[in-house]
Amino acid sequence: MSSTGTESTTATAAVLALGDDALILSHRLGEWAGHAPVLEEEVALANIALDLLGQARILLSMAGDEDELAFLREERSFRNLQLVEQPNGDFAHTIARQLYFSLYQHELYTELAAGNGPFAPLAAKAVKETAYHRDHAEQWTLRLGDGTEESRSRMRAALDALWRFTGEMFQPVDGLDVDPAALETRWLAALGAVLDRAGLALPEGPRTGAWAAGAGRQGLHTEPFGRLLAEMQHLHRSHPGASW
Amino acid sequence: MTAAAQTRLEAELAELAGSVPDPELPVLTLAELGVMRGVTMHEDGHVEVTLTPTYTGCPAIEAMSADIERALTGHGIPDVRVTTVLSPAWSTDDITAEGRRKLAEFGIAPPRPHSAGGPVPLTLSVRCPNCGSTDTELLSRFSSTACKALRRCVACREPFDHFKEL
Repeated sequence: MSSTGTESTTATAAVLALGDDALILSHRLGEWAGHAPVLEEEVALANIALDLLGQARILLSMAGDEDELAFLREERSFRNLQLVEQPNGDFAHTIARQLYFSLYQHELYTELAAGNGPFAPLAAKAVKETAYHRDHAEQWTLRLGDGTEESRSRMRAALDALWRFTGEMFQPVDGLDVDPAALETRWLAALGAVLDRAGLALPEGPRTGAWAAGAGRQGLHTEPFGRLLAEMQHLHRSHPGASW
Repeated sequence: MTAAAQTRLEAELAELAGSVPDPELPVLTLAELGVMRGVTMHEDGHVEVTLTPTYTGCPAIEAMSADIERALTGHGIPDVRVTTVLSPAWSTDDITAEGRRKLAEFGIAPPRPHSAGGPVPLTLSVRCPNCGSTDTELLSRFSSTACKALRRCVACREPFDHFKEL
């Protein structure tokens, strides 16, 4: 059995960062099953969650046993962004989280796919899926931003609320061969273009800093993450070694 | 000496594995879907079949592996191992012409050919598999499985699945 934590190599740090982002966001999106506002949206969010789960399985398998890594690690061993662990909130919060993350993931995977590092095969595959995730988030941002006064104010509130979690995406990760500053420039440009079309302004305020959240990559997580893990890991931990 | 014989056996096994129906779209074979990547007879006697998933999270891949193992084991191969490869990534362009024809016949609009990467801009029309009209509209980019989008025909009002471009 491979060790699942403390002695992370640099490659493992990058694998866990990308794998945990996909796993945790997949779990959050899965929480919409049975609760989405319309059937088509329920199916869409579940489909996106499934894509992310597939990516997570491949990534975590690069670092060890996927089940052990997903279900038996403690909170402090997870390396996902704090953004993806944030609760679903109202539908606008979910869409704002999707917009911030899918723009980031799509830009990141586009760059990784073009290289020849260990993530290139997965990124080349996944970037075609993230293009649909990004498109989904953009379409909804346009509809909510350019919809009613209610939808517009909710979308604005959601964008503002999650803004402080976005700086973390552009902190360097050991073993991830990308230029964070260039990635951030492209992300801001893409985000600005969508928000502009939606009639929404780019949120103001810091996206990182001493006061701000932003340490998920170091294993520091926000309060809602513990409850997410409890639900996600409960079954596996209650029945160790169980199989179908 | 045995190289030619092995190649012939491999070709035969590849055809057998490729003729296994897709678990979610049983009108298509795995070869028509374009997910078969190769069959190799190894020195120790085990046969390796390589598959590529349509989507990374596609749950059908496990059923495909089990079906291939069953088909080859039934053909007298005692040790069959199915492995999945990601690169080069599968594309809807890998679906054969016969596969496209069968999809349409089954009531699923086949994917359009690619020009560039990512989702195809929705300018080319998708033909309704029921009445043949090109006047169709997108209801949702996501449908019953990861690989499909949900559309509706404006002419005959029937909703239908479209195998979306990847």
